[in-house]
Amino acid sequence: MSAPVWPALLGRFSWDALPFVRAWAHPDANEIIGAGAGGMVVAGALFAVALLTYLGRWRWLWREWITSLDHKKIGIMYVVLAFIMLARALIEANLMRLQQASAINAPGFVAPEHFAELFSTHGSIMIFFMAMPFLTGLMNYLVPLQIGSRDVAFPLVNAIGLWLTAAGAALMMASLVIGRFSTGGWSGYPPYTELAFSPGTGPDYWIWAVTLGSVASTLAGLNIAVTLYKMRCPGMKLMRMPLFCWTSLCTAILMVFAMPPLTVATALLALDRYLGFHFFTNTLGGNMMNYANLFWMFGHPEVYIVILPAFGIYSEVVSTFSGKELYGYISLVIATMAIAVLSFTVWLHHFFTMGQSADINAIFGIATMTIGVPTGVKIYNWIWTMFRGEVRFTTPMLYALAFMMTFVLGGLTGIILAFPPLDYLVHNTLFLVAHFHNMLIPGTLYGLVAAYTFWFPKAFGFRLNEFWGRVAVACWVIGFYLAFMPLYVLGAAGMTRRTQAVHEAAYRPWLYIAEVGAVILFCGLAALIVQLWVSIRDRDANRVPVGDPWDGRTLEWSIAAPPPEYNFAHIPHVERLDAFYHDKRSHAPYAAPPHYSAIEMPRNSRTAPVLGLAGAATGFALVWYMWWLAAVGAVAMVVTVIARSFVRDTERTITAEEIERTERAWLAEVARARPIPREIENSTANQGLAKVHA
Amino acid sequence: MSMDATRHAGLPVDHGDAEAEMDASRDLFGFWVFLMSDAVIFALLFATYGVMLPATAGGPTPASEYKIGPTFLETLVLLTSSLTFGMATVALKHAAQRRALLAWMAVTLALGLLFLGLELHDFADMAAHGAVPARSGFLSAFFGLVPLHGLHVLAGCLWILVMMAQLLIFGPDPRVRINIQRLGLFWHFLDIIWIAIFSTVYLPGLIR
Repeated sequence: MSAPVWPALLGRFSWDALPFVRAWAHPDANEIIGAGAGGMVVAGALFAVALLTYLGRWRWLWREWITSLDHKKIGIMYVVLAFIMLARALIEANLMRLQQASAINAPGFVAPEHFAELFSTHGSIMIFFMAMPFLTGLMNYLVPLQIGSRDVAFPLVNAIGLWLTAAGAALMMASLVIGRFSTGGWSGYPPYTELAFSPGTGPDYWIWAVTLGSVASTLAGLNIAVTLYKMRCPGMKLMRMPLFCWTSLCTAILMVFAMPPLTVATALLALDRYLGFHFFTNTLGGNMMNYANLFWMFGHPEVYIVILPAFGIYSEVVSTFSGKELYGYISLVIATMAIAVLSFTVWLHHFFTMGQSADINAIFGIATMTIGVPTGVKIYNWIWTMFRGEVRFTTPMLYALAFMMTFVLGGLTGIILAFPPLDYLVHNTLFLVAHFHNMLIPGTLYGLVAAYTFWFPKAFGFRLNEFWGRVAVACWVIGFYLAFMPLYVLGAAGMTRRTQAVHEAAYRPWLYIAEVGAVILFCGLAALIVQLWVSIRDRDANRVPVGDPWDGRTLEWSIAAPPPEYNFAHIPHVERLDAFYHDKRSHAPYAAPPHYSAIEMPRNSRTAPVLGLAGAATGFALVWYMWWLAAVGAVAMVVTVIARSFVRDTERTITAEEIERTERAWLAEVARARPIPREIENSTANQGLAKVHA
Repeated sequence: MSMDATRHAGLPVDHGDAEAEMDASRDLFGFWVFLMSDAVIFALLFATYGVMLPATAGGPTPASEYKIGPTFLETLVLLTSSLTFGMATVALKHAAQRRALLAWMAVTLALGLLFLGLELHDFADMAAHGAVPARSGFLSAFFGLVPLHGLHVLAGCLWILVMMAQLLIFGPDPRVRINIQRLGLFWHFLDIIWIAIFSTVYLPGLIR
């Protein structure tokens, strides 16, 4: 490190912290890649600012989106954030595969430190800033609509969760441009991440980005859980909730209980690094096993936090595109609950090899294997739902099918890892990397993208292009098999994970195949971008304003697409499971109500974006030891919360006339639309009015 | 869902207005969920403390640092403050007694600040013996757990001040009433955590 510039003002910042300066001084491939990545972030930010200024959209962005407390807009913003971060983490994955494929008895083009940063950011982003925001966004968007509610329980808390997540993501991005990120992996294990071994900014970036994300997720979980408990429409008993609501409830409960351990782990690591505490150090009584326990008490349930919503999505998708009620609804609910409870009983399988007794390992190994039971129940239920159903092989359904196959394969390798003696053999190898990507890519990513495809017409009022959707499916599925099946082989052959260079020529073909797979996975993302582009271009031909393009079953399909701000002009009454589906068959679901009444909705608020900004500033200041800015940011957060508590005028009224106007316009669309049978639902004839099949 | 089934067991927030009662029930339930989450944080710090107890690294030990007198006094002060907050809640029930409500909240605030003063004095005492968090794993665990409770008390004191100001400005409107009830839950929660600290940190430390 070179000398700091103005320590009082800029803390430990030095010119050397900028990748551009480093690339100027040492123009090798490694530094140029770093500078290129930083340049992309800067260029992207400048482009966004310039575009918004050119289009004159700043005021619109602030009023309609940033300060909005509408759960639907917050949900969409979460998903947008997730897609941006997915792009970055996927590029990093490609770089890593390329490095390993090119570094067989050769140095490759990325330096070891840089490679370590890549796998640390890839993991941290994919979990905390891709999967978590994506699923939180989906839950935000869908849960109130599915339970017949106008809003979530705590709209402001919801917005604060979004903007704290964005603050964490901003720190991740800042680490590309200013300073370096952690080399300690996504789990940030001390003592390596302690000051003694990692004195730079890296672990601090990791700590504060993850802390912001975990606090935000705790808030999101709290909000979703209370929404599901307290905001259901009349008649929506727990056992009448759509399965996605059940999985959201379990996920939310897991967030409430499993995010605090992460907050504790990162906070104690921060105490070690900043104030010289000895929780996890090698000396003076510190014990890193405390960290392993704390981290995985979060980390294991986290696996189910990211997978359970996907299970809910697949349940909705399979049932809708099979035209059948979900087989074994009750057993699916029980299985979901069982998984949520069991998820807290297995955390120790993440450190079988760290020296506890054989008995403890055996107990946790058995506990781990039991998770296969409720998961198996679910797989059978989905298969039975399709059985004798009128299955339509649409894009979301293809994801569901690919998931079922692939996830079972991954589950079997999980059973191998759950045997402590076998785990000893493959623990720190690519076998483990293959296993968890095998679970998380079909289990989470396919589910999230399936949900995006499935509910996109609901959110935006037009369908996504089916052809490019299928191209994306093909890329994700083929790419996955090519990228990760070789890793099982390599892992079983003993190739350790997090390796920057390889000295075994026999690995070469497998590494090449994996690299091709990574490129194809990247094509999957490219196909999604093309799909979005084509769909926006052709949106007029693909509009589904009536709101029910797939002959949907649950309440969200019973309203306009996109839904009005207040969701339901009249709060529905529900008599049974899949209420809307049966309403369509028993009576007219789109009848105009006798009268409309005014609705109170939360007014926009600046509180959440201000808190996000202050949170990002505090985190950044702590990373760089700019103590004055950290103090300003922290005080700003407290003052903002107190000031907000004095605001009384927090609601605005949507008048009955306005609602009547909106609803009448929609009902006119319904009257104009032609009912569409399922066979041609992907044609431009589909305006979102499903033909009722007996 | 019938109204009766969801009505919360606490104080009526707005007599007769079913919707406000529903809102109150939701808001208080949400705060219970938050407290559960916070309780997990304390539970983990207790567990960490338990594991780190022997890790004194040749430095100060529980027996050498904990003093029953001041700690018992702190306990008395904090438990009394829970009683006085209870009195404030009773005053809240009768909308006319704003002065009594303010007075009881002021007493609670004073007791909270007294507790913090006593605790800081204890910490300073320990630091004077060289019992600082950087000295050993055991002391790190102690200073991770006990001052976090203190920070919560500090936040509670700030919250009491804010609520007193809001009472003066808005009177006991529904939002003030709900927030005082949330504050009450928070304050009693801190008492419970302190009882756990007193009985699993200080008492066994003194017996040893």
